[in-house]
Amino acid sequence: MRKFIGLILVGIVASGIVLSLFKIPFGTPKTKVGNYYLNKGIEQTGAVNIVTSVVLNYRGFDTLGEVIVLFIAALGLGMVTLTFKREKRKISPPSLILSVGSRFLFPFILLFGAYIFLHGHLSPGGGFQGGAIVASGFLLIYLSCKRTINKERFKLTESLAGLVFLIIGLIGVYFSGYFLFNFLPKGVANTLLSAGIIPIIYIAIGFKVGAELAGIISDLMEETRKEFKAQS
Amino acid sequence: MMVFVIFLVLAMLAGAISACVFKDLLNAVIASGIVSLIAAVLFYLLQAPDVAMAEASIGAGLVTAIFVIAIRKTERKE
Repeated sequence: MRKFIGLILVGIVASGIVLSLFKIPFGTPKTKVGNYYLNKGIEQTGAVNIVTSVVLNYRGFDTLGEVIVLFIAALGLGMVTLTFKREKRKISPPSLILSVGSRFLFPFILLFGAYIFLHGHLSPGGGFQGGAIVASGFLLIYLSCKRTINKERFKLTESLAGLVFLIIGLIGVYFSGYFLFNFLPKGVANTLLSAGIIPIIYIAIGFKVGAELAGIISDLMEETRKEFKAQS
Repeated sequence: MMVFVIFLVLAMLAGAISACVFKDLLNAVIASGIVSLIAAVLFYLLQAPDVAMAEASIGAGLVTAIFVIAIRKTERKE
């Protein structure tokens, strides 16, 4: 009986989604604001990547909210794992291929992540993507080496990067009266030093997201199986 | 091209259903990682490379790793 009711509910929801998807004319310009961004974006913000100019310039305040949501999630996980007692982690020794390969690949992964968030205003990518790539490099290090990384430095990096974002926004308030005003010169489009404050904010977001996700991984990796069973 | 997209969508659907059905949680996590990976390819084909990059690195990479760590700390079978 329960399965039957569930099936009916799934059918209702699925038909609703399908009907609403058929109503959307895909590919046609829907709003005036999208065309405005596409036509005026490069001229007004200096960023060649229109997605970046929307994310950090037109909708910069939303991005601040996103970063804060991620920060609160990492903080909550840290609080939950704080209640467990910490021991030295006991894992089986990694295989030769994993330990040698990850030691070789780690600097290149960091370099690629830094490239992604440094070129966020020129090519696809940005702070969130680059930060996630940096954190995956740290995941590889956690899997391959026995030594642990100092977590205080992750927290310090994260806080400093968040402060840089906020301070740049407040400097914009000082110069023109609204938050995240692009007060630096926009420069020549398509060059690395262009688009004013956008590269600086993306570097800060890259460091912040990378440190946060690496902190989440280290929080999870460091308590052992036995304690979790004692809790539950 | 259209055939390739239809094949990807069907594979994604199969991955999503098997992620719900599998009793071994490790298999279910791998299936959901496959769903994220195909979603990233589809985002790229729909000319959204920014979203594709985020989906591939976060959805297919880090979330799968975090789920595997969580399974290692708890039970493997449902």
